[in-house]
Amino acid sequence: MKKTLFDKIWDAHVVESIPDGPDILYIDQHLIHEVTSPQAFNELKEREIPVFRPNKIVATADHNTPTENQHLPVKDLLSRKQLKELSQNCEENNITLYGLGHPYNGIVHVMAPELGITQPGKTMVCGDSHTSTHGAFGAIAFGIGTSQVTQVFASQCLLVEKPKRLRVNVNGDLKKGVTPKDVILYVISKLGTNSGTGYFCEYAGDVFENMSMEGRMTVCNMSIEMGARGGLIAPDQTTYDYVEGREFAPKGEEFDKLKAYWETLRTDDGAEFDQEYSFDAEDIEPMITYGTNPGMGIKITGAIPVEGGKSDAKALSYMGFKPGESLIDKPINYIFIGSCTNSRIEDFRMAASYIKGKKKAENVNALIVPGSRQVAAQIQEEGLDKVFEEAGFRLRQPGCSACLAMNDDKIPEGEYCVSTSNRNFEGRQGQGSRTILASPLTAAATAVAGKITDFTKSLN
Amino acid sequence: MKKFTTLQDTAVPLEVENIDTDQIIPARFLKATDKAGFGENLFKDWRFDKEGKPVEDFTLNQDQYTGSILIAGNNFGCGSSREHAAWALKAYGFKVVVSSYFADIFKGNALNNGLLPVQVSPEFLDELFLAIRKDNKESFKVDLKNQKIEIISSGKSENFAIDPYKKTCLINGFDDIDFLVSKLDAIKKFEEKQTQMREAAIQ
Repeated sequence: MKKTLFDKIWDAHVVESIPDGPDILYIDQHLIHEVTSPQAFNELKEREIPVFRPNKIVATADHNTPTENQHLPVKDLLSRKQLKELSQNCEENNITLYGLGHPYNGIVHVMAPELGITQPGKTMVCGDSHTSTHGAFGAIAFGIGTSQVTQVFASQCLLVEKPKRLRVNVNGDLKKGVTPKDVILYVISKLGTNSGTGYFCEYAGDVFENMSMEGRMTVCNMSIEMGARGGLIAPDQTTYDYVEGREFAPKGEEFDKLKAYWETLRTDDGAEFDQEYSFDAEDIEPMITYGTNPGMGIKITGAIPVEGGKSDAKALSYMGFKPGESLIDKPINYIFIGSCTNSRIEDFRMAASYIKGKKKAENVNALIVPGSRQVAAQIQEEGLDKVFEEAGFRLRQPGCSACLAMNDDKIPEGEYCVSTSNRNFEGRQGQGSRTILASPLTAAATAVAGKITDFTKSLN
Repeated sequence: MKKFTTLQDTAVPLEVENIDTDQIIPARFLKATDKAGFGENLFKDWRFDKEGKPVEDFTLNQDQYTGSILIAGNNFGCGSSREHAAWALKAYGFKVVVSSYFADIFKGNALNNGLLPVQVSPEFLDELFLAIRKDNKESFKVDLKNQKIEIISSGKSENFAIDPYKKTCLINGFDDIDFLVSKLDAIKKFEEKQTQMREAAIQ
């Protein structure tokens, strides 16, 4: 039978199918962090159940960690307690932890790929909805709740219904200034925030084939924002080249053997999808959002749609925008370049290439937060830190930061923030904050102009 | 987990679409390391203003609405995977959430905590809101065994779908962990043959 990439990986991980019920799906790699794991460890302890496969779990601290003075004790007492529990739980259960200050520490969806933990063909889960990021490697990766974290601890398996298959094709050449973030914001703006619910989404077409791994991660990361449990892209030479040589990637003969298997991981010609959409790359322009869900996106030079339901009116009132309004020249006082969507080296190269030789506008407060210690080190190595400094930006230390504002990195009430993160929900970046999602390039251009600007005119 | 069979109660309407888990429980309350206390922070930033005073026109602050059933707009629970959202709804006292669409992860989290997500058609959702608007003390009956939700005064009802396995779990108060632990032998066997399966795929 003709199979999709998704079917091939899923079917190879089914331990058993419950009649009229879910599959028992084997999980190759479990990633954990401080926020969604403590209650799972407690539950195991109460039930006296041991962690079944500690060597298949890797932990990091990222969600609530400060992005300044990471060498000092964490000031926020609740965060400090949560981090301490993570350390204790990992120690008691023989789980590898890359905690605050460790050279491998970083946002879970940045550090695992860069360490070679993320590989094609794997099933991966984490108590975080943006686990879909790892699908960029041709893996089945999805976010789970804490009860499911407990299940994976106890059995290295999950009881899950097999999602349906969705394919999104984008073909053609992207215009200048259009980045992977714009591609996914465009797709979500066309399909809406729940079109993917119940589906796993394969991204296909030359736009994704021509993307770097960083770009593919940005795309797959936001699959959840259209409701899809996960997104994935067939592995190819770009994938193998990225994985090879990384710390935990297979080496030598083992790599070659696995690579031969990875090469089988593609959708067979004629395999069927439950739903399929196609878009032209030429139609995509730099995107921004104007509302309070990631589906409310327009091209940067566009106008806010006039037609909208009751919920749209609520969103616009929260954002302080009017139907039909253009956001060009809207003054912006905050920008954030970071989060598991856009905090990899390529994102900072992109921002720095625009910023170089320019200055940040006076009114702008900019938060630039690398996704991991390794990304931070590379920023220095490539001298990008100098570019940011000379333009008046200050680099922070790695973490989730202002994407969800669990630490001190918050956007003040009523302020707009052009943000490279993934969610523009009410209060997501701090109580009363107003988020405008965009690419690192758009965020950089906003920071320089001090307002939303059609920067494509100035690109060479 | 507590058993769930049937429930007849009044309901609280929340006519907003795309309610994300950041609204249900804002991220700043996720620093707890146990499951207690999330109820008081449920819908925190819609329920209370900056000074901590209740926002008068928010549904949970309106005395006329009571009950353990929450009826919400389309696409409830989208966004973050935080199970804290299900814990918060449960701790506040809700036993059932009705909507015309649920986000996947939220639905799973709710079921794993004995909070029943009832997905109805958009038309029936409108009927439910209409019934509460007419009489805020209207009762609704949720019958899990027969997978039916009914408006008591009018007798109008609709069937809802639920995974049969999950239904059995809820009716009996089972959870997935015991079940998976009982399968450890099969899981170990699967691990042993995983490499062979990959090699077979190359052929």
